[in-house]
Amino acid sequence: MTSTLSADLIASRLAEAVPGAVEESNERDVWVKAESVLDVCGFLKDDADLKFDYLVSISAVDYIEHFEVVYHLVSMPHNHGAVVRTRCWGREEPSVPSVTGLWQGADFQEREVYDLMGVSFTGHVNLKRLLLWEGYPGHPQRKDYLEPPR
Amino acid sequence: MTLRTEPVTINLGPQHPSTHGVFRMRITFDGEVILDVEPVFGYLHRGSEKLAEERTYAQVVTLTDRLDYVSSMSNNLAYVLAVEKLAGIQPPERAMYLRVIAAELQRISSHLVATGFFLNDLGALATPLMYCFREREKILDLFEMLCGARITLSYMRVGGVFQDAPTEFWPAIRDFLSFMPEYVDEYEKMLTGNEILLSRTKDVGILAGETAINCSASGPVLRSAGVNWDLRKADPYDVYDRLEFDVPVGTVGDNYDRYLLRIAEIRQSLRIIEQCVDQIPEGPVRERIPNLVRPPVGDAYAHVESPKGELGFYLVSDGSIAPYRCKIRSPSLINLTVLRDILIGWKLADMIVTFGSIDINMGEVDR
Repeated sequence: MTSTLSADLIASRLAEAVPGAVEESNERDVWVKAESVLDVCGFLKDDADLKFDYLVSISAVDYIEHFEVVYHLVSMPHNHGAVVRTRCWGREEPSVPSVTGLWQGADFQEREVYDLMGVSFTGHVNLKRLLLWEGYPGHPQRKDYLEPPR
Repeated sequence: MTLRTEPVTINLGPQHPSTHGVFRMRITFDGEVILDVEPVFGYLHRGSEKLAEERTYAQVVTLTDRLDYVSSMSNNLAYVLAVEKLAGIQPPERAMYLRVIAAELQRISSHLVATGFFLNDLGALATPLMYCFREREKILDLFEMLCGARITLSYMRVGGVFQDAPTEFWPAIRDFLSFMPEYVDEYEKMLTGNEILLSRTKDVGILAGETAINCSASGPVLRSAGVNWDLRKADPYDVYDRLEFDVPVGTVGDNYDRYLLRIAEIRQSLRIIEQCVDQIPEGPVRERIPNLVRPPVGDAYAHVESPKGELGFYLVSDGSIAPYRCKIRSPSLINLTVLRDILIGWKLADMIVTFGSIDINMGEVDR
């Protein structure tokens, strides 16, 4: 059974390795600052006890006041998982550092989030729309998206 | 005198018989050798995730049928597991067994489709495909007994399954279990040692284990690269922890390994179904829950080992009758990340075969 590491454990490990990265944490969830996502993920991937070598998925949720980007990570050698969240404030140009340098598997997923949710990933080498075409107005998965009149 | 040469860029698809749907690749060649591949998606994008936000939790099941339309049962299962995790519902024992039987039948049928089309892509036009579809037909008949539908099944429900299997289902599945191994032997006799298949697929499109992990590949693509990672073992759901089966793992990670692995998985699925049919207890098949499920505020991620790989649903609830967000982690899309790694440097003629060996379904790639 894949055990889920507690958010407290992740937060305490992060506090010593990447100081100032944890924004908020409780017993269930841990939020990190958007600008330190790359450092946090790099630590989680390389640390011998954690070793999150497999990026399961990147999801984005529109909570109106902010966007939340959720990383589901799994460590194959240890068979444990963790969820790392980050909040992006503002609807104009929300952005998060790209983790494609760590996991190639982030490539299409980040492009999809950018396409449908409008969160851009700095450092992504090919940040183009994935499903919709270039020049499509707006980002359909946002809660305030209205279908253009036909 | 030297002739001036330059790379040629061509478009494959979106309308092309070998792209398994409406998939497009922009490929740059130097003569016959592939220099660069750029996949272009979105021709079948229907906005399933957005549509799910406008439907009740029960209604979304019908949307999941249309993701990977040759493995609807697995899609149903992943979704209902996510809702059950979110709302804290425990399905009855009998329902969990029925789900596993249905999901494993679906795995066999999906692998048969994959194998058939893979051989089709190799140039063995239609004959192996017809053999594979002969058995798939039997599985679809079984599904018809279970729920009345053959493709868009919607058999699973939050808290169980739609209905108990009818009495005629049990002799039919016993019959299926008795003749299916012979049919698998028949494919192996025709294909596994076939010289054309061997020369076209062996040591072609090799994928290394670390690359597969780094690319978040899953399912047969990951396991054929020698990584022993199957969610049915690593993170068992429903009743998989009570069943005995092996996880076939490849050694080289070439096209041939991906083909062999699917055949081996069919045999393991038959083993699983046999145990389920023996063990299944009597009892209700559906938990008594309200029609309009209102999970508490929060989120949940549930995943299954679908025939294509790890299929996950990330659901966010705001306490209403519809999901606030329904994100689908689709194995077909993410498995395509390895495309550049296994195509660049190979020849044009290998491209279609290698692409076919990944086994994608456009309904799931574009959602």
